[in-house]
Amino acid sequence: MIRVIDLHKAFGPNKVLRGVNLTVSKGETMVVIGQSGSGKSVLLKLMIGLLKPDAGRIAIDDEDITRLNDEALQRITKKFGLLFQGSALFDSMTVAENVRFGLERHTCYSPAEMDELVAESLARVGLSGVENLMPHQLSGGMKKRVGLARAIAYRPEIMLYDEPSTGIDPIRADAINDLINKLKAEMGVTSVVITHDMASSYKVADRIAMLFDGRIIEEGTPDEIKRSQNPVVQQFIHGKAEGPIKTY
Amino acid sequence: MAGLVKGSFLLSFLEQLGEVGLLFFKTLQNLFKKPREHRIFLRELEEIGVRSLPVISLTAAFGGLVFGLQTYVGFHRYIGPGSEAYGGPIISLGLSKELIPILVGLMVSGRVGSSMAAEIGTMKITEQIDALFSLGANPIRYLVVPRVLAAFFMLPCLTLYGDIIGIFCGYFYNVVLMGVNRIIYLQNTLRYLELWDVASGLIKASVFGLVIATIGCWQGLKAEGGAEGVGRATTRTVVLASISILILNFFLSKALPATL
Repeated sequence: MIRVIDLHKAFGPNKVLRGVNLTVSKGETMVVIGQSGSGKSVLLKLMIGLLKPDAGRIAIDDEDITRLNDEALQRITKKFGLLFQGSALFDSMTVAENVRFGLERHTCYSPAEMDELVAESLARVGLSGVENLMPHQLSGGMKKRVGLARAIAYRPEIMLYDEPSTGIDPIRADAINDLINKLKAEMGVTSVVITHDMASSYKVADRIAMLFDGRIIEEGTPDEIKRSQNPVVQQFIHGKAEGPIKTY
Repeated sequence: MAGLVKGSFLLSFLEQLGEVGLLFFKTLQNLFKKPREHRIFLRELEEIGVRSLPVISLTAAFGGLVFGLQTYVGFHRYIGPGSEAYGGPIISLGLSKELIPILVGLMVSGRVGSSMAAEIGTMKITEQIDALFSLGANPIRYLVVPRVLAAFFMLPCLTLYGDIIGIFCGYFYNVVLMGVNRIIYLQNTLRYLELWDVASGLIKASVFGLVIATIGCWQGLKAEGGAEGVGRATTRTVVLASISILILNFFLSKALPATL
């Protein structure tokens, strides 16, 4: 379970988060929607300890991670799998070495078992046989799937997805959505998905939360969000230029 | 107004000194912690050491030749014909204590320090460093420690290699090209050149290695703003490392005893 309590984060004078409260139950897929630059990725990085909040708390299974030192945080990262917006594959390593990286640090499997898990993770994302390719030899969609294979290889309890459908075509984006749902069904992971793609949101979400002006302004099931009376939410989910959200 | 500018410059200088000092402290803290990244350490030994050999060979050779030339001219002009053979110890001392460690330091900061900043900077802006953390690797232990250690060990090796080439080229210019008496040249060199002269140059080179790698990693880790930011980090690394080497060299020369 993830609990975000009154979270604040600023970069210089830019107050990105101004008191975010959010609870994600075990096994649930929570989608956080919001404009570009609204602080969604910052929220994700705070959840895994990549950034330190200015105020507020983040509890992972009742352990407050905002007070942990670097060593203790490293232990907590074992619970998380993170799919980066730009995949963030290590470009000096092969696909297999990328997927193996987390296994080597988070688990105590033998080299043979790790090889099996690497092959299994790649097969799970539909990419068998690319083990020896370098990241620059892959398409954008393949990189995303390798990033996903790397994140799930060591069986994390919580998956964080940063814009999983951004930068790839709609068909591949839908394939990624199917993968997110499949991972939830097969592995029972708790998931937080950051996106501004409403089609993806409706497909994968158990609940949707909208981040606007540094706060969560609406939270509910996809149907509740569709029926929301909040004009900001309505403008965003229908992708209209006119409304309370200023585009310029 | 001028006071304000001076104050902000001093503040920024102290802030940057604090940042690089903190990184060095964290590197020392992580030096003996597991897991040790042997693979990266070996790769960096090759990158810093083996791949620098051609440029060090060339620099040391021409450094030795020109130092031999000027020593020959100096002795010939101010002491008289025949005295050039006494230049041997001066050439060897000057090269091993000062010129070769500095040349190696400057060459390595241009070749290796800049590439460290570019590689780590690119990893930073493409979120690969965040990925390292999320996959359980400590970025300092994984990226900085192996590079700093490799530079610490490889710079003295390169300097020793450069000493041999430089001293030989000084000999070559004087004895082979200018016909200086070989026996007197070698006798004087062996009589006056102490092991400590070479060792103090190697100690300096180790310190330069720490400085180059720490500055390269520091600039890479603080790179931001895309390709332009990486370019800026690379340039800053070369400038800061080169200046630091020249300044540190003076203080190390003062601090290290002239003879043991």
